[in-house]
Amino acid sequence: MSYIPKPSAHHPALPKNMLGLTRRDYEGTMSTLCAGCGHDSITAALIEACFEMDLPAHRIAKVSGIGCSSKAPTYFLSRSHGFNSVHGRMPSITTGANIANRDLVYIGVSGDGDTASIGLGQFCHAVRRRVNMTYIVMNNGCYGLTKGQFSATNDKTSPSKKGEANPFEAIDLAQMAIQLGAGFVARSFSGDKTQLIPLLKAAISYNGFAFLDVVSPCVTFNNHPTSTKSYDYVRAHNMASENKLDFVEEKEEITVDYAEGTSAAIALHDGSRLLLHKLDQQHDPRDADAALMTIRSNAAKGAVATGLLFIDETQQDMHDILATDARPLNALPMAELCPGAKALEGINARLR
Amino acid sequence: MSGINDSVVKFATVNGSGSASANTIFAKTLFRMGIPVSPKNIFPSNIQGLPTWYEVRVSEAGYAARRDGIDLMVAMNPQTYKEDLGEIVKGGWLLYDSTLPRAWPRDDITILGVPIAEMCAAKWSDPRQRQLFKNMVYIGALTALLDMDVEVLKSTVADQLKGKEKLIAANMEAVALGRDYASANFDCPLPIRVRAAQGAKGKILVSGNDAAGLGALYAGATVCAWYPITPSTSLAEAFERYARRLRTTKDGRRLFGIVQAEDELAAIGVAIGGGWNGARAFTATSGPGISLMSEFLGLAYFAEVPVVLFNIQRGGPSTGMPTRTQQSDILSCAFASHGDTKQVLLFPANPTECFSLGAAAFDLAERLQTPVIVMSDLDIGMNEWVTDPFAWDDAKAHDRGKVLSAEQLDAFKELKGRDWGRYQDIDGDAVPYRTLPGTHPTKGAFFTRGTSHDENARYTEDGVIHARLLDRIRRKFDTAAGIVPKPEIAIRDKAGKTGVIYFGATTPAVTEALDGLEREGVKLNAMRIKSFPFTREVVSFCSMHERIFVVEQNRDAQMRSLLMTEADVPGVKLIPALNYDGMPLTAAFVRGAVLKTLRPAKAAAE
Repeated sequence: MSYIPKPSAHHPALPKNMLGLTRRDYEGTMSTLCAGCGHDSITAALIEACFEMDLPAHRIAKVSGIGCSSKAPTYFLSRSHGFNSVHGRMPSITTGANIANRDLVYIGVSGDGDTASIGLGQFCHAVRRRVNMTYIVMNNGCYGLTKGQFSATNDKTSPSKKGEANPFEAIDLAQMAIQLGAGFVARSFSGDKTQLIPLLKAAISYNGFAFLDVVSPCVTFNNHPTSTKSYDYVRAHNMASENKLDFVEEKEEITVDYAEGTSAAIALHDGSRLLLHKLDQQHDPRDADAALMTIRSNAAKGAVATGLLFIDETQQDMHDILATDARPLNALPMAELCPGAKALEGINARLR
Repeated sequence: MSGINDSVVKFATVNGSGSASANTIFAKTLFRMGIPVSPKNIFPSNIQGLPTWYEVRVSEAGYAARRDGIDLMVAMNPQTYKEDLGEIVKGGWLLYDSTLPRAWPRDDITILGVPIAEMCAAKWSDPRQRQLFKNMVYIGALTALLDMDVEVLKSTVADQLKGKEKLIAANMEAVALGRDYASANFDCPLPIRVRAAQGAKGKILVSGNDAAGLGALYAGATVCAWYPITPSTSLAEAFERYARRLRTTKDGRRLFGIVQAEDELAAIGVAIGGGWNGARAFTATSGPGISLMSEFLGLAYFAEVPVVLFNIQRGGPSTGMPTRTQQSDILSCAFASHGDTKQVLLFPANPTECFSLGAAAFDLAERLQTPVIVMSDLDIGMNEWVTDPFAWDDAKAHDRGKVLSAEQLDAFKELKGRDWGRYQDIDGDAVPYRTLPGTHPTKGAFFTRGTSHDENARYTEDGVIHARLLDRIRRKFDTAAGIVPKPEIAIRDKAGKTGVIYFGATTPAVTEALDGLEREGVKLNAMRIKSFPFTREVVSFCSMHERIFVVEQNRDAQMRSLLMTEADVPGVKLIPALNYDGMPLTAAFVRGAVLKTLRPAKAAAE
């Protein structure tokens, strides 16, 4: 049985956030993933981000598909409702849940098998619909639970642990997301907490579809010296420094000071801001073409472009497009939803 | 058989030629004269250029089933002249466009040649008008031949072309052209003429899909996700049309969200996501969509998420006959998904029930926390039926099932004597209490999953717990059997040991056949099934009868199988009466199937 609860007692002196909650209150059950799995680092970063943002955990919904990554939502936010759905179908479940209640924060967790293969169609259409959610792909280039087969995001240059060559081109989900019109696209590395946490915060604050592709090494099947999704490889080829990012909440002051022309502030819907530093001169994250070029030119050199790749802070979300009421649909009283007997008489009359 | 207010008129036309609206006006005019009519659209899976037919049965007695043997054929499609000619009964009539006169190789019918194209060419110069008004010219001829009320026809045209006065006038000119020609050249009216009647008074004329969309609206559905597929598309479109009209606030905000999904996999996913989050959510589809949705249906069954699905069945297997009717998804829906699954099914028999059972489906889904599939079909869904008006009781509250508020979560232990757990059977009805995301800061959160889980929604690989879970969900089906709609039973012979079981769109054919058989001295008791799981009444009807015909529109006697496995009815008792040619069922078919067993000599002689 792989359900291992964590003891709920904790030290009374643990630091608390504005809601009076400790980091422990944002945790889930014990992880049953392999020791050293990148997914556990992402889980830790999510816990930290939600804690620091003072998010009420019960106002968050965690949704996932099937696979190692999709098991991860059990390991964070035990006070949130979670939905571990069907392989590749996290996007549609989240879409429906979001239509029903626009007021919750939706964190979708998926893997590279889940998103780049069986759920590729659902991923594309969730982007097109601008579902207001944070879509995280824990990307390790392989299928873990079924023992290490290549996934569609595994680089062509990256052989398997046994040395078997990968004959197919990789699908780059960040490029796809930009091309499909995602309003927020970032890439990060599970081993780079300082980059990942502000990106997660910004993605959660973003009003619209926020996509985060996080390279997250599979220690068991895809962390060998020749893998491009290994800890060592990503550390050595991470171009994170190209755009460094701070997430500044509304209540905070901007204290960091960078030389003029090297930083930019981006206001998010909820009043928080993103500060981008050390901008690569060629990369304006508001320019989709430039973002694609940054990803592609880095990839050509064998490097991984990480950080905030693209943002459109003016994008509408699905509810704007559907023109739905400002109140959550699941809370509307039946009296407003059911037109009643009198209106039905009118409808009958039209059918006579 | 045929006579005043008792006939079948059939229109053979080309699809995309504008004939559909003219034909609808014809049927609606008769309906407004108070005459029960039953129009059936027999159309190809095509946009333009292929043969299409529209059959209107006129029956003062109110028999709404399709009837073979055409009394009057309006043959407007040279492609199908030959087969159309063959369908006309001896002594019947054929009306055709005689602009190019032709000889018809039958001397037992009357040929009514109307130079329609010639008249239209003389009257209008615009080619589009010449084409479109042809349809209204033959309708005009029919008003004289059948003695239809022209004022009623005019009101129908006016309703259909609301506000377009010029167009109304032009249409009525076309009607006059045809009417005048027929009056001057034929012996009008024909013996199959019509006259005002009472049978359709107080009724409405509507399609099942329109009604089901409205039922979903009245049920309070706010999330609709669908993928276009014939014959279900018009259901989602009807929901949207009604919702835009009746569910939009003064400042233009919508109290509903509709997603035209990328495929059926996503459509059911969106609906399940909505249902999980406390909205009433549904999808509409047909057989191929059911196949695609099956995986997700298993999740909703096992994780106990309410969702409603409308299956407008069509001819299968595979793509089959997308524009023909069948009742062939009974088993695939009853057991939709892998593993041990059983789904709740409802069987509406007409548009009125598409509305009422369509709305009831949402109450059942939330009460039972499980998918409910409304099993309509193309015949009910896409054809317009003369049916009882929709009714709604404002005093009756929607049943939202066991959903806990924050206050109820706080008081749960005090009230129920034990802690809340998502899958705890607290009340002994096997239906647990659910919570919605965002309800309470510290209580009620749980992980919904398709993997096996214990009473507190925790992952398990413990076989004992897994089996216990499967047993409880099966017991929930017993609860369902107590609250789903009961069958409609008609006893014609109290001591009779022979019965008929039927459901859905075959109802008019079976009712008419049973009336006819009774006149021939064969009295059969009848039961119309409205739901699955089978209620107690279904089981007792089967045990009270020794021989039971099971009428259904599929090859493999699927309802019969279901009765055998789920109601333990011995197969030898159940005589299949199966039709699967894709056409709406006729009473003659049912009569033939019954007599073949009960009066084999008579059946053989006929």
